[in-house]
Amino acid sequence: MIKISQNAFAGTLESSDCLVTITPNESNEVNFEINSVVFKQYGNSILKAAQNTVKKFDISGADIKIQDMGAFDCVIEARVETAIKRALKGAK
Amino acid sequence: MNKIVKNIKEALNLCGIKDGMTISFHHHLRNGDNVINMTVNALQELGIKNLNLCASSLFQVHSPIISAFDDETITTVESGYIGGDVGVAISNGKLKNKAVFRSHGHRPSDIKSGKIHIDVAVIAAPTSDDMGNCSGKFGKSACGSLGYAMADAQYADKVIVVTDNLVSYPLCDFSIPETQVDYVVCVDSIGDPEGIVSSTTKITRDPAGLRIAKFAVDCIKNSGLLKNGFSFQTGAGGASLAAAMYLKEIMLKENIKGSFCMGGITGYIVDMLEAGCFETLFDVQCFDLRAVESLKNNPRHKEVSAEHYASPTSKSCIADKLDVVILGATEIDTDFNVNVHTNSQGIIMGGSGGHSDVAAGSKLSIIVAPLIRARLPVIVDRVNCISTPGKTVDILVTQRGIAVNPAKKDLAERLKASGLPVFDIEALKNIAEDFSGKPEPVERGNKIIAEVLYRDGTVIDEIMNYCG
Amino acid sequence: MIRSLMFLPGNTPNMLINGDTLGADALILDLEDAVSPSEKDSARVLVRNYLKNLKARKQFFIVRINSTDTDYWQDDLSEIIPVKPDCVMPTKVNGDKMLNKISDFISSLEKKFDIPEGTTKLLPLIETAEGVENAFNIASANNRIFGIALGAEDLSADLRCRRTKEGSEILYARTRLICAGRAAGVEIFDTPFTDVNDIEGLCKDINFARGLGFSGKLVISPRHIDYVNELFSPTEQEINYAVEVLECIKEAEKLGKGAVSLHGKMIDAPIVARAKQVYEAAYPSGTRL
Repeated sequence: MIKISQNAFAGTLESSDCLVTITPNESNEVNFEINSVVFKQYGNSILKAAQNTVKKFDISGADIKIQDMGAFDCVIEARVETAIKRALKGAK
Repeated sequence: MNKIVKNIKEALNLCGIKDGMTISFHHHLRNGDNVINMTVNALQELGIKNLNLCASSLFQVHSPIISAFDDETITTVESGYIGGDVGVAISNGKLKNKAVFRSHGHRPSDIKSGKIHIDVAVIAAPTSDDMGNCSGKFGKSACGSLGYAMADAQYADKVIVVTDNLVSYPLCDFSIPETQVDYVVCVDSIGDPEGIVSSTTKITRDPAGLRIAKFAVDCIKNSGLLKNGFSFQTGAGGASLAAAMYLKEIMLKENIKGSFCMGGITGYIVDMLEAGCFETLFDVQCFDLRAVESLKNNPRHKEVSAEHYASPTSKSCIADKLDVVILGATEIDTDFNVNVHTNSQGIIMGGSGGHSDVAAGSKLSIIVAPLIRARLPVIVDRVNCISTPGKTVDILVTQRGIAVNPAKKDLAERLKASGLPVFDIEALKNIAEDFSGKPEPVERGNKIIAEVLYRDGTVIDEIMNYCG
Repeated sequence: MIRSLMFLPGNTPNMLINGDTLGADALILDLEDAVSPSEKDSARVLVRNYLKNLKARKQFFIVRINSTDTDYWQDDLSEIIPVKPDCVMPTKVNGDKMLNKISDFISSLEKKFDIPEGTTKLLPLIETAEGVENAFNIASANNRIFGIALGAEDLSADLRCRRTKEGSEILYARTRLICAGRAAGVEIFDTPFTDVNDIEGLCKDINFARGLGFSGKLVISPRHIDYVNELFSPTEQEINYAVEVLECIKEAEKLGKGAVSLHGKMIDAPIVARAKQVYEAAYPSGTRL
């Protein structure tokens, strides 16, 4: 388990994109906060995409916030992945 | 005789305004209009209650009137289009009674027959003389056509003209005559010119929008309708205007002389008139300054009333002479029913305008829409609200393909033969869901907050409240 | 047949999503100039996911990678090769050595991910004076080369010439590339026309390039795609003539005739070869004959 120790973000607030922000927290959990223009229709799908991406990295202790502008799951996954990689940069 | 009254409040009093009356407005000042807000404010000050607000359209600029829903100054709204926060407020159940939607053509029909009885009509007029001969063509708040106000002026019990450009008698080139006007009020400003007309209307630069426009024009070209005498209507939004641009290229290249273009007129349509694509423009509403200038100066650009445009009970109307119309949609279902009243969550954000009128009247109605908007597929199993029935919709054009109403087999064959990507609407829906995933259904409330009347007078659909 | 190759910025989901609806024969997903240095990491993950997620690829998908004098090109390839783009576009290609370095790296990745070696094609972008002079070496560097493309904007800077719409300053580079490409048996694609709104100028430029012998053209504006496709397609007249030639040859073969003439003109091997090219371009699935 690698504990997230620095802030990072990826993506934009343009249409069909999303902005993913990662901040370290004190726990060992990874928490998600999702704001989406299509939350009612796709909120569950967005959460699943984000969780699946996090699973690929052995990380803990992070709050992941996703501000979604109607991005497809493959875009959500890409932005979460980049944000995690950036947060891990320089970490052991 | 003196019709000049010093303010709106006094004019309303002179009209005998009372609780429960119907007061009407037109929407030519669009999102720059100041007159509805001023009048509603005066009504609140007068303490009048339970009014029916019969406005041809309402926009974001009218959000102050929500306070008049709360204090029950206004308890009913009848309109053709309700946008912005006003629509949201009604969806949230802020209005005491149901809102009633009618199309732009249906409204004057019901006013004329007395189904809507207007007690007081308030007409925002960019220029008026002291007897109420008025026009939208001149003045700092010029809006062009006053087509939607004509039935109100003709049939209301009392008519108040509100202007910010009072000229000496007579205003020669009037649109509404003094014979219909009771009082004239001069105010500092009837609206914000920037919200009334755009300085220029720009064609979309969105590549998908351009693709859709190209396909739409390919459909027109291969429909067999594009020949001398061709008549056409298109909107001012996104792909619609780009379609006009491509259509102009083809008409000029193939030397096709159209008969008329109906609208909602923009500078692009004026260009088509001036380039010889059409003989005549019929104008019920100007969208930009070029349209206003042209209406003022070009005798082949003619102002028409909403009744003449599209009333289903008039002896005849322009909508029924249209060959092709290009229209938008927020949703379309697999039966080709179109929703332009609500967004995908069921919140009111628009209305038919003339959508259902021209879909019914034209020979070929084309819906243009991106297949996916912010992840949401435009094609659904059942639209949140039926604005225009599927039986009057012929083609859906998206950037990923075209669907033809199964009732039009010949048309589908023609388009396929020309190489256009024609799909079953179900197949197009599946393509969208391959990208987006299937959207989860949005829960709807259990209270009816608006009903949508079709142009034959039947209730075509009901809109439920939004439960956040 | 590839006539139009449209650039799409690699870090803009909104542009990628509809890229395949624009009518271009090939799409170039750009990790180079369209992506700022701070977003290179983000773009290659996005492009990778986009390609992986695409259900049906109807177009030829090319990924433009950063040049070998940056720290990015190997990371670009490492992300991209596993999702099997049709082709990679290396930039500022000077000669076969640089190209073989890229090709070797791709080979190692193909091996790692169980992709048959040579699956990924290369479309080198030639945009330096040295590259132009080495055009034939580049075009024939290895089996991955599917075509070569001219990038005249960077080239003009290298040549210190004045870039004009007429393009007399790049005429040498254009003809040199065509000669090299045809000699090596690969496709040759022309530099993009950069004035988005000058459609008349665009059509002139396309017709000139087609006349010189280019196979197609790079495109930076969606508005240009239809014009490139149309003007790089055979005309009806050319198609009809090609069909006549091929029918004539078929007939002659049946009758066992050696020499054939059509409209009083001898039909020799080059004319037949050209007719076949036109026919294949017009009917990729071979429907008419």
